[in-house]
Amino acid sequence: MDPVAVEVFGIPGYVIFWIVAFIAFWLFGRRIIILIRLLQKAQPENRTYQFGKRLQLFFVNVLGQKRLLYEYLIGSAHFLIFWSFVLFAGTFGWNLLHWLFPFLPIPLADEIPFIKILFVVMGVVGLLAITFSAVRRVFFPPPHLQKTWDANLILTLISLVLLTTLFGLTFKASADATAGRELDLLDKSLADIFPQLSANTAENLYVLMSWLHQFVVLGFLAYLPYSKHLHLLASPFNVFFGNVRPAGDLSDGISDEHRIAGASKWDEFTWRQLLNAFSCAECGRCDRACPALNSGYSLSPRSVIHGVKEHLLESGFKKKNGTKKNEEAEKSLIGGYITEADLWACTTCYSCVDRCPVFNEHMSLIVSMRRYLVGQGSVSKEIEETLVKYNRYGNSFGQSDRARPKWTQGLDFAIKDARKEPVEYLWWVGDYASFDVRLQNITQTTARLFHHAGLDFGLVYEAERNAGNDLRRIGEEGLFELLKDKNLQTLDKAQFHTIVTTDPHVYNTLKNEYGSSSSTNGKNGNRAGRTWNVQHYTEVLDDLIKQGKLKLSRKQSHRVTYHDPCYLGRYNGIYDAPRRVLQATGAQLTEMPRNGAKSYCCGAGGGRIWMQDSTGIKERPSENRVREAVSTTQAEMMVVACPKDVVMFQDAVKTTGNETKIIVRDISELVWEALEH
Amino acid sequence: MQIFVLLKMVPDVVEELVIGKDGKSLDEELVRYKLNEPDEHALEEAVLLKEKYGGSITVMALDTPGVDDALYLALAKGANQAFRISGECKGWQTSVIANLFTSFLSSRCGPLTNETIVLTGSQAIDDIEGELGACISEILKLPYISVVTGLNIDGGATKSAIVIKEFSGGLRGEYTVPLPAVIGIQSASKPPRYVPVAKVNAAKKTTKIESVSIPVTNVQSTLSLRKMFTPVATGKAEMLEGSPKDISTRLIEIIAQRGIL
Amino acid sequence: MSKEIIVVAETLQGKISDITYEMLGIGRKLADGIQKPLLACIAGTDGSALAKNLGVADKVLLIEDQAFAASTSEAVASMLVEIIKQREPALILIGGTNVGTGVGIMLSLRTGLPHINFSKDIQLENEKFVITSQLFGGKIFAEIELPIGGAIVSVVPGAFPIEAGKSTRTPEIEELTVTAGELKIVFKQFIEPETGDVDVTKQDVLISVGRGIENDSNLELADELAKLLGGAVCGSRPAIDQGWLPLSRQIGKSGMIVKPKLYLALGISGAPEHVEGMKNSGLIISINKDPNAPIFGVSHYGVCADLLDVVPAFIDEVKARKSGG
Repeated sequence: MDPVAVEVFGIPGYVIFWIVAFIAFWLFGRRIIILIRLLQKAQPENRTYQFGKRLQLFFVNVLGQKRLLYEYLIGSAHFLIFWSFVLFAGTFGWNLLHWLFPFLPIPLADEIPFIKILFVVMGVVGLLAITFSAVRRVFFPPPHLQKTWDANLILTLISLVLLTTLFGLTFKASADATAGRELDLLDKSLADIFPQLSANTAENLYVLMSWLHQFVVLGFLAYLPYSKHLHLLASPFNVFFGNVRPAGDLSDGISDEHRIAGASKWDEFTWRQLLNAFSCAECGRCDRACPALNSGYSLSPRSVIHGVKEHLLESGFKKKNGTKKNEEAEKSLIGGYITEADLWACTTCYSCVDRCPVFNEHMSLIVSMRRYLVGQGSVSKEIEETLVKYNRYGNSFGQSDRARPKWTQGLDFAIKDARKEPVEYLWWVGDYASFDVRLQNITQTTARLFHHAGLDFGLVYEAERNAGNDLRRIGEEGLFELLKDKNLQTLDKAQFHTIVTTDPHVYNTLKNEYGSSSSTNGKNGNRAGRTWNVQHYTEVLDDLIKQGKLKLSRKQSHRVTYHDPCYLGRYNGIYDAPRRVLQATGAQLTEMPRNGAKSYCCGAGGGRIWMQDSTGIKERPSENRVREAVSTTQAEMMVVACPKDVVMFQDAVKTTGNETKIIVRDISELVWEALEH
Repeated sequence: MQIFVLLKMVPDVVEELVIGKDGKSLDEELVRYKLNEPDEHALEEAVLLKEKYGGSITVMALDTPGVDDALYLALAKGANQAFRISGECKGWQTSVIANLFTSFLSSRCGPLTNETIVLTGSQAIDDIEGELGACISEILKLPYISVVTGLNIDGGATKSAIVIKEFSGGLRGEYTVPLPAVIGIQSASKPPRYVPVAKVNAAKKTTKIESVSIPVTNVQSTLSLRKMFTPVATGKAEMLEGSPKDISTRLIEIIAQRGIL
Repeated sequence: MSKEIIVVAETLQGKISDITYEMLGIGRKLADGIQKPLLACIAGTDGSALAKNLGVADKVLLIEDQAFAASTSEAVASMLVEIIKQREPALILIGGTNVGTGVGIMLSLRTGLPHINFSKDIQLENEKFVITSQLFGGKIFAEIELPIGGAIVSVVPGAFPIEAGKSTRTPEIEELTVTAGELKIVFKQFIEPETGDVDVTKQDVLISVGRGIENDSNLELADELAKLLGGAVCGSRPAIDQGWLPLSRQIGKSGMIVKPKLYLALGISGAPEHVEGMKNSGLIISINKDPNAPIFGVSHYGVCADLLDVVPAFIDEVKARKSGG
């Protein structure tokens, strides 16, 4: 029995099918073309380079579903649903040929025994996975999971696709059995499920299931581009065209003019930025990771993506009879769908982008909009003051550049001047480590360690200007370029082999953003002719310990936990060197649950260290992190490798009342303690 | 409206101020200049006036190190024209500076009408001769009011400015000032806006600062400084050290002694 | 040439400002030094009622004219030009306040006499006046030497003690008629600050906050401390500009001048405009992270630490002391 070989009111089945399929494909295709046209109207961006790496991303993350599996239960379920869907979508395409051209000798997919087995196995497995997903969604939803009708409808539709297949196969088996046709093992088992059916009924039911299946799939197809399930078409492209440059490089592949101007309307974003909107499956992983949202700010990375999407769909279509009224009623993106406060709440910790299974780049949208706000002068007083200080003094403390090297006065040895003589390691200290009175001791300790190890290192003294990481993330591209140019002038004149930094923010920008321009593919820190390395001081300490130049014989047995700084860990993958250093001091390290790439931001990045906390937030990120350290480890010390972390966590220890439980220490301090000196 | 804004560059006190070899002035090698803060407010007030009432803004400043940055920033904020006036004088010689400005205004800027307003900061940190705005008003024979924190223009037949002047104790006074007039701004109605570096760079490309040379006549300062020096820090506080608890105990003792606790 | 010393008395809303007494004090000293009379010059409709407070002066020149009630520079300057032309004094002292701003240099241009601004000290040296003025917010001082032959000096508030200018003696009063001349600026009205429930000038204890408290949630610390010590919270200009406190709590040149028994400055850097408002407090204790903060120069005791560390500890100690004894 061929399901398409029926007649309804005298009309042959394949005619009906042609009509329905045509309508479905037309609706689908029309909508997809409209969306693609929108993308074409956006800013251009080159994302075709490094083809091999992109292909790898596709295999690992789309086919391999790698990031989804970080949340292993639902990840596994999705993996199974994904592959069921691939199977059923693929075979639908095959069956389409049969249904459209029944006179061609093309069998139905389930007539191939191997595929029939797959159908049953993946059908059952898929249904189990969907059941699990539905139960989770209804009874145990994780925070920030969007429970929309759309999502429920999709789960229902997919279930129907699987159910109609399974029931279809069952009824076909019954019909075959009753008609006495030859059955294979699988069919024999299936036939036993509904033993009472007459051959006619079974056959009719089989045909019904087949048609239902086709209609459900075609209906799904027509509905798809209007639902979040568009992600299944958009996300493979999103991943393939994902970011293959270093995470910490904000030199997007667009023209300088457009980068500086930022974006406030949909057509000021690039096509890749807009593709984020169509790729989002509203899973909430980004929200679950976001330190701002979890503190009580209203910033939700998912809402940023969603806001752009809503704005795009509202404003992207030219109204046929566009009267002035229609234009005025349009909701703006910034101030309407997304508030300015939301945009400024971001700490640029990158957790959202790092977690996103479809490789959405939420932070890129936020920074683009910040650039626009800066261009308008719409910044808070605190940010304005900080930017003015950066511009005038080259540091965020508003102190004279002549005061920068004052911290060296506490040392009993002189540090080489890298402006005047060649050095092996050029130490770029950074603002906080130089100017903040609470941190100068730690900087001096680091200097003593380098000196003790006989490291050939030097400073550029007053010539050092802020490297620009944070102010770039605030959105002041022009000021970033200004400081970068000044710093490059200094660096070009100096002779050195490696730059060592104290601050991970400085590390990130010197390594990733000082060599790249909008026209290159951002090779690691190296501009034409420049071949410097950049290292974080923990990497240098690690090397020195390995080389035996720092003998840590006075082993301390502190119980410690280590906080991975965002710009060292998640952005740049340096997790092991600091831990080896800690181990070498004799410290007993207990990891917090959120360690490594899952490390929870202290809240200082993205310019937030200069912004006021909004009233009514329940807990600062740094407080949350300190509480984690206290409650999940028995550590007496929270060890950090970033000056801003020292400041943020010291304050948080006080404000959470944990002064007697835990103390914040920098790695340098522990190394010095363990050193024979 | 025709708005003139007079800007002055003053030594940045964030830097260490060192007396030069002559003992009567600052060591120019070490001095860094920045725009006088009340002048920043005067510029902001000018831009707010232009936004509200229309017209054009002309800014001017004496040729001092760093003045170009200040003038381009002014152009980026909304000034229409910028002039850099060269003339020999020290920063504190208000009368000489005022003469340079007024010579320029009279020779190049046309007659002052009832649509004209001259804004400058209410004072500068080196105004040892006196406030620039007052001096300008005296030479041009225009009304003068200073320490202004609020400014509006009243249309009407004879244009005048309605100003709010700050006294002390939070008290303020409202005055009507017929135009043309010189007004010393203490703080603008809104904090000075932020202009990104990219906009200033754009201003540098599209507009030019005009250089003007004014021959200084026989105007001399009425003052001659005998000496300039860094005051010895007398009356330094007794610093308390120790843990917060130690410090607190000591503080309790101190205030208890005075009968406060 | 009379070679008198004339103090220009400043009044505001029917009260004599403190700067007047400060100038009378130094004026008296100088007048005695050159052995010439000290005059005070007061204008306005309530002049006659207030003149009797100026007893440190030998004589009071009283100018009763509505025009001068408006306290504009042009009004004061035009009044003084006449007096200077008539009497040719040796020295004219003007208050360097928001009222007196601009007057000195305007007079200087009209009379040809030199004007010195920001004066902190005036000494007599070998028949000459030596005036010390502050520049750059007080970081640099300048000395100017002038012959005793006509000079106009604007005096920085708080430079001289107030008490030296007060006396119970009733001075001789001479009424003068001075034509106001054409005064173009018209006074409309005073705008009073919104009166809070608290008059900071009457408090024995003031806890003052500056930019260093970082945000208004830390104000609670100041509130608690003020309550415990029986005082009130006030602030420097940044605290008011940020909206943390109303204008009525602002201490400084454009705010209130206070003299409490205890002035506790939290996170205040000590800019001259603020210091003007509190330097005569009985006991000044400052807490600031910056060891170079100018506030330490005018404080009796200083703590260079994070106020978020010290203040809570201090609050605990105060509570313990109050309950335990």
